[in-house]
Amino acid sequence: MENIFRVGNGAGFSGDRVDAAAPVVDTLIEAGGPCALFFETLGERTVALAQLEKRRDPTRGYEPMLERLLEPILVRCAQHGIPIIGNFGAANPPGAAKVIAKLARRLGLPDLKIGVVFGDDVRDRLDTATHEVYEADTGLNMGGGDIVSANAYLSAQPIAAALKAGAQVVITGRTGDPSLALAPLMHHFGWAENDWAKLAIGATAGHLLECGAQITGGYYYDPGFKDIPDPANIGFPIAEVHADGRLIITKAARTGGLVNAQVVKEQLLYEIHDPAHYITPDVTLDFSQVTVKEIGANRVEVSGFRGGPAPQKIKATVCFDGGWMGEGEISYAGPNCLARARAAGEVLLQRLKLRKLDVEARIDLIGTASVHAGDSGAAWRAAVRHEPQDIRVRLAVSARTQDDADQAAREALALYCCGPAGGGGVRWRTTPRIRTQSYLMLPSDLAPGCRVQSATEIDQ
Amino acid sequence: MTATLQSDDTLVSVPLHRVAHARAGDKGNRLNVSVMPYDPAAYALLAEQLTEARVLALYAHRNASRVTRYELSLLPAFNFVIDDVLEGGVNGSLNLDGHGKSNSFILLGMEVRVPNKFVRTAPPAT
Repeated sequence: MENIFRVGNGAGFSGDRVDAAAPVVDTLIEAGGPCALFFETLGERTVALAQLEKRRDPTRGYEPMLERLLEPILVRCAQHGIPIIGNFGAANPPGAAKVIAKLARRLGLPDLKIGVVFGDDVRDRLDTATHEVYEADTGLNMGGGDIVSANAYLSAQPIAAALKAGAQVVITGRTGDPSLALAPLMHHFGWAENDWAKLAIGATAGHLLECGAQITGGYYYDPGFKDIPDPANIGFPIAEVHADGRLIITKAARTGGLVNAQVVKEQLLYEIHDPAHYITPDVTLDFSQVTVKEIGANRVEVSGFRGGPAPQKIKATVCFDGGWMGEGEISYAGPNCLARARAAGEVLLQRLKLRKLDVEARIDLIGTASVHAGDSGAAWRAAVRHEPQDIRVRLAVSARTQDDADQAAREALALYCCGPAGGGGVRWRTTPRIRTQSYLMLPSDLAPGCRVQSATEIDQ
Repeated sequence: MTATLQSDDTLVSVPLHRVAHARAGDKGNRLNVSVMPYDPAAYALLAEQLTEARVLALYAHRNASRVTRYELSLLPAFNFVIDDVLEGGVNGSLNLDGHGKSNSFILLGMEVRVPNKFVRTAPPAT
């Protein structure tokens, strides 16, 4: 039998569709060969938000949808020997392990082996005064704020070690996103940690799959130009890695979406800067000579990627308390709505000055000038022609305190009775803000590892 | 309805959206936008027109400071890296779209001049 290892993806971000993984698992089981499933649910700031959650409740701080993501697939994965790997531990991998252990026992899997990767939390090891700042982060306004979280991007090695120790589920906090897919490949094929050409296959597969549906038609669908079948039911991706190094991207059977050359190209370059130097914790990737080829229905072969030595230093991202954002919105529609909306915007800005609130503010006229416009307000002030039927005015402020953010946002609420004619549908809210800054650490600064226990041992 | 006789080689001015597709990604305050022509044969013409200077001008209202263009001639694709364009990025921006996910469509709005054969037309709305 041909030696093919399949890696499926069940989520591409925290907030992804919770019913996506089941068709992937169905397809992996039907294919019959060795395989693994991974979930990527930890964005750059997600770990800080999770840390804030953990401060409020020490048992939490892991991916909030964890049980909903795993319950539909856990039993079948255990029965068919499909390891599950996920960074859904977020700020609290041991907490996530307890949740999964309880779930496993409830589902009749008391012996499920659960691995927890530790060592990414570097709050005690990273010194923002002495560690080198990561160059791509210059230009960010840090201000002063308390450190909320500090996490190093761990490599695939602790995950592969957990798999070797028999883990059927591996829970991580921060790792390189591609490492989640690379680890089971290293484990299966026995790739050495310095076999750059081999590691490049797995890291490229991980890079292509780590955003879930973004390589199967999500974030791609442009009606009339880039159509996809059944967009409400996009199938999540599967990478086929052959022993000889071939890499083929496909997706779950009997689902919508598509895998074609166009969508693979889009995802190949997603969040990439210099395509010849894409750094992961395990291997430095060179995509400059990549080609993609459609070799069948929803099957694209990717070739020409190359691997070079892993970076000498390890990236760690620190999240700081960034104050508060306040937002208030109100709608105007029908005749003269553009003039009424613009007047509302001007009134809101005057009110912030009159009340001497310590905020920075921005106005949007949603439907006329918003997401593509700059903070200066030039776009919405210049919008005098092409009146739409319906405009939503949005005030956004940043403030040091929640109270200032709230008071500013409530100025939109006050427009009900004090603003231009026919304003309706006010919503307002405040949200905590996180600022990030990345640093470079030495491997000797870190002590990553893993611990594997049964569900019964964890949930006593 | 006017019938126009245009050969495949007639040069027309259209938004880039009719000739290429694109995707935006963010890291901190930096945006990358990949651009892929639907027809690989359009790559050389786009290389002449999608200059770093023109792309920087498109994002000037967002205070972009620098554009670097990487060429992947085998795909073929361009990767534009646009610095300081996200007004603080997902963490600091007051923009609704702090990630800049919608910002590929700023670039796709750029006017380009290409032979008619490279232009895609959406089917009429039903």
